[in-house]
Amino acid sequence: MIRRIVTAIGLVAFWILAWDLSGRHRFILPAPWEVLQAMAANAGLLARHGAITLGEIVLGIVFGAGFGAASALGLVLWRPAARWLWPVFLASQALPVFAIAPLLVLWLGYGLASKVMMAGLIIFFPVASGFYDGLRRTDPDILDLARTMDASPWALIRHIRLPAALPGLASGLRIGVVVAPIGAVTGEWVGSGAGLGFLMLHANARMQIPLMFAALAILAAMTIGLFALADRILRRSLPWVRDTLDDVP
Amino acid sequence: MRFPGGWSLPKGLSPEVPHHTKTCSLLPGDPVENRDVNQNRAAMPADLSPDPLPPGVRVRNLSLRLGNLALFDGMDFDAEAGRFTGILGVSGIGKSTLLRVIAGLEAVPGAEVGDDNRRPLSGRIAWMAQKDLLLPWLSVLDNVRLGARLRGSLAGTEDRALALLRAVGLEARARDLPRTLSGGMRQRVAIARTLMENRPLVLMDEPFSAVDPLTRLGLQDLAARVLCGRTVVFVTHDPLEAVRLGHRVIVLAGRPAVPRAIALPDEAWPRPADSPAVLAAQAAILSALGAPAEEQG
Repeated sequence: MIRRIVTAIGLVAFWILAWDLSGRHRFILPAPWEVLQAMAANAGLLARHGAITLGEIVLGIVFGAGFGAASALGLVLWRPAARWLWPVFLASQALPVFAIAPLLVLWLGYGLASKVMMAGLIIFFPVASGFYDGLRRTDPDILDLARTMDASPWALIRHIRLPAALPGLASGLRIGVVVAPIGAVTGEWVGSGAGLGFLMLHANARMQIPLMFAALAILAAMTIGLFALADRILRRSLPWVRDTLDDVP
Repeated sequence: MRFPGGWSLPKGLSPEVPHHTKTCSLLPGDPVENRDVNQNRAAMPADLSPDPLPPGVRVRNLSLRLGNLALFDGMDFDAEAGRFTGILGVSGIGKSTLLRVIAGLEAVPGAEVGDDNRRPLSGRIAWMAQKDLLLPWLSVLDNVRLGARLRGSLAGTEDRALALLRAVGLEARARDLPRTLSGGMRQRVAIARTLMENRPLVLMDEPFSAVDPLTRLGLQDLAARVLCGRTVVFVTHDPLEAVRLGHRVIVLAGRPAVPRAIALPDEAWPRPADSPAVLAAQAAILSALGAPAEEQG
């Protein structure tokens, strides 16, 4: 906790220094207290738009992670699919989300669906890739042992491969949770009537830079909070995974 | 037997059950027909006895090449029913491969693998590897019951698993995760898991090579006690382990590998680690390990 406070103080000090050196223009780089003032003055507005963005991110994580994990499992259950579908998954990640955002808005509308889709798309690949790698890297000696115990192919996946791949899935989820807001905000930026991205776009156009920074700060806090929550849940549910760096002070 | 420094072995498998090592103390010269297997079974606690009767192992015409390397060329191998057969050989000679062939983990075209009545061995094998292969996400108890879990028949197996953990001295750790156990404890859990399968044929690939020498001697005594009455084929790098546990010891040497039986001393089984005859047999194994194939009879 103390480390985090020190880090925060250091960041704010750096911010004030940059603000001072850049000529103290509140329309270019506002001071921290100006951002706090904007945050207080627009609390209701920020809360309303923040809640919408948070909803998009969480739904995107649920759908993207669910679909990603299911795809990885599908590739293992049905081996020929891997050869056909893996390039498609790769291609989905090669397309810049910013390029397909206008298309998604065109197809799915200005509302929630296009943003959830964007966040889902961005989280899909790290989750699918992490889980799929985990499923493929099961210790062959354990599989041999299980075969001498007359395990069916499904039992091998259900009781050996799947649990052994959970740390890989967890790594994918940790990355996914952090990048999901990029998708949601990009979607809002391209076309929407609500959300923090929408708010930032308009604040920027009207030179309300302190408000824009306030929205950014809330987005960052949301991402950090989501990561901390996900990390905590994942550690709790995988107590057998040893963190060999955990003892570093 | 007690060993200094380490843990002491459980004196019997459980207090109410008579010690049955004696029924297994057969000397290598005894013809297997003389042994009353059923009497042997009766002397054991019901949940530790092999069921059904232990099969012999019969491998014929095993030929296997790895690239230009001929591992085996028409090799034959036999293991007697209800006895411990040890296989030794330098690294890369094909010991583990032979064991995997017997286990059905490696299919070799043209080779004949079965029991002494030429029936297939599948379904009668318990496998124990060099690594303990405990699943880190399952408790000690659930690791012992892994086979039942994989076959979808977990219900009603807890009592037997706990009894086996008691036999290897780890009942108190049943609910712990494997990562909290020492290497020797983990191997004892692996032994309990092997026993839980209750298969009449046990295949062990360097089972105790990853623990310190004292713990290893203790584990050998434990294995001799609890696996007695089953057919056991084990691969080892340790001549002492082979002489202590083997009713019969085979050394593989040469390329392609040729099996050669080693004469064993007439000592009570499991043989004591410190007797001169056991030391002499170890020396014979060491010289056989290094002998080129041409010199073998």
